[in-house]
Amino acid sequence: MSDPVTSLDKSDAPADTLMGGPRRGRGRTRGRTGGRVRGGAPPALLLPALVGLLFLLLPLLALLVRAPWRSLPEQLTEPEVWQALQLSLFSATAATAVCLVLGVPLAWLLARTEFPGRGLVRALVTLPLVLPPVVGGVALLLALGRNGVVGKLLDSWFGITLPFTTAGVVVAEAFVAMPFLVISVEGTLRAADPRYEEAAMTLGASRFTAFRRVTLPLIAPGIAAGSVLAWARALGEFGATITFAGNFPGRTQTMPLAVYLALQSDPDAAIALSLVLLVVSIAVLAGLRDRWLTAAS
Amino acid sequence: MTDATPTATTAPSDKGLDARLVVRRGSFRLDIELSAAPGDVVALLGPNGAGKTTALRALAGLTPLSEGGRLRLDGASLDRTPPESRPVGVVFQDYLLFPHLSALDNVAFGPRCQGVPKAEARAQAAAWLERMGLADHAGVRPRRLSGGQAQRVAVARALATHPRLLLLDEPLAALDARTRLDVRAQLRHHLADFEAVAVLVTHDPLDAMVLADRLVVVEDGRVVQEGSPSDIARRPRTDYIAQLVGLNLYRGEAEGHTVRLETGPAITTTEKLDGPVFVAFPPGAVTLHRDRPTGSSARNLWQCRVGGLETHGDQIRADLTGELRLAADLTTVAAAELDLRPGAVVWATVKAAQTHAYPA
Repeated sequence: MSDPVTSLDKSDAPADTLMGGPRRGRGRTRGRTGGRVRGGAPPALLLPALVGLLFLLLPLLALLVRAPWRSLPEQLTEPEVWQALQLSLFSATAATAVCLVLGVPLAWLLARTEFPGRGLVRALVTLPLVLPPVVGGVALLLALGRNGVVGKLLDSWFGITLPFTTAGVVVAEAFVAMPFLVISVEGTLRAADPRYEEAAMTLGASRFTAFRRVTLPLIAPGIAAGSVLAWARALGEFGATITFAGNFPGRTQTMPLAVYLALQSDPDAAIALSLVLLVVSIAVLAGLRDRWLTAAS
Repeated sequence: MTDATPTATTAPSDKGLDARLVVRRGSFRLDIELSAAPGDVVALLGPNGAGKTTALRALAGLTPLSEGGRLRLDGASLDRTPPESRPVGVVFQDYLLFPHLSALDNVAFGPRCQGVPKAEARAQAAAWLERMGLADHAGVRPRRLSGGQAQRVAVARALATHPRLLLLDEPLAALDARTRLDVRAQLRHHLADFEAVAVLVTHDPLDAMVLADRLVVVEDGRVVQEGSPSDIARRPRTDYIAQLVGLNLYRGEAEGHTVRLETGPAITTTEKLDGPVFVAFPPGAVTLHRDRPTGSSARNLWQCRVGGLETHGDQIRADLTGELRLAADLTTVAAAELDLRPGAVVWATVKAAQTHAYPA
């Protein structure tokens, strides 16, 4: 695509004019070595770095070392495991769909329009990101519970109850995962040139058509990355789910809940389930590798 | 394309464009009158920051008009019409071809938005690309097109909606010098075929003079001169235009054949005029001498100091200060013989017959 090229040019241009020749030359040399320090790292940095690395990897290694490899096939074919896995995959996917339908327009609103209190709205959108998930679950109960502010109306008017149902799981997961999608998509939208939308309008496209046929394809990579992040967050969701939806096998018991429960009665089963989630996480990382990790490095 | 605003009244007499573009933004104020008949190609010429692109955006509806502005096209008022409902096509400076669509689908985008069925829109687009000599590139994504090809796709995309007003923002600025020559000739051909009004914005006088029938020179948000390319080239009225067309330009009071400049010196001309006038002469009409010439028949003689020298094509252009600020062109050989260098004192002569005076 021509976009990264032009954006690179843009970011280069002011540096060139501001810094002039010699510093530009220095910037180039730095670019060639990739900012690496010659002659190795000082021990004062190297030591804590290695400890930190070990700290992150050791638990995962322990999981692999203590895994009941021999009984693994039986563990994973237990119907409860399948039930939990299926429920997890289904609810995480449904939650991601909810995030997409509501989150992409929200991201567009935040990135492309000016309205009073936009900064505040943006901060509120990101709140679930830092809010302890259990608190999110309690808040959801108070809002959508049978006696909640909105839940009461849902119950008496439509006979809909969300808590302690699979739909409740989806709601809890979407609540926690949506900020990831909104932030990712908003960032991509801000980086995308809004003049493409203007070009579409001069060709007769309404704002919505311009969004659908021009902007959406342009920001598709950002939407994909945001979806994967939201999906992974939804898959691992524990606190809000157990608070709002409870822990009923086959209905609201997702993988993380099953792991936690199994740890008390059958540790081997817990390890087996954890391995499954680890594999899924690695798969997500691998899927994001190109778009995300390389872009950051 | 039919009228976008069915409520507007249309009289057969007022065909074409009739606009007063007023846009206020902070301390900047754009206020220009612009009118053109169908078939006209008008160039908005001006330095960067003069408001040309703002004017174009106002015509397209991408920037709203401020109070006092009006915009009528073929008799219909477009003041309140959103951009997507205006019969206006735009060729953007960097083309803004949709990177995720092929050249064909880029051109078909407009007709599709106007409700043309997909197959027909693509057939129309293919015909446009064929007309632009791009039939072989229909399936290619924009990033694989050369600059000249991308420009032609952008023109085809804008024309495919059958606009009544075609806007081109610096249509040749993104091209390298060689491509520019070809594309300029092709664009001229397409603009000549275009039956409605075309307005193009440029800061390049050559583009303006080759492509347009009429120039509107904009400086600092307002029109400073308007006319045919040859008229503007012969009779510039501001320093900016004089520089663009490569003339020395002065303003003064004429008394018969003598024009006394505001800064002091006088210029003798062949025209006999009275009152405020402009005097212009090309840098090539200036002859330089190391010593005060005695036998010269030139009526205009000034002592000057060389401010700077630069190559200008195969000539040397000398910037002279002193009694009169002027530019002089001379050959490399002449510059060497005169031993010209910054700070050198020279005598400049200009024959009266080579000056041109006209009322201010």
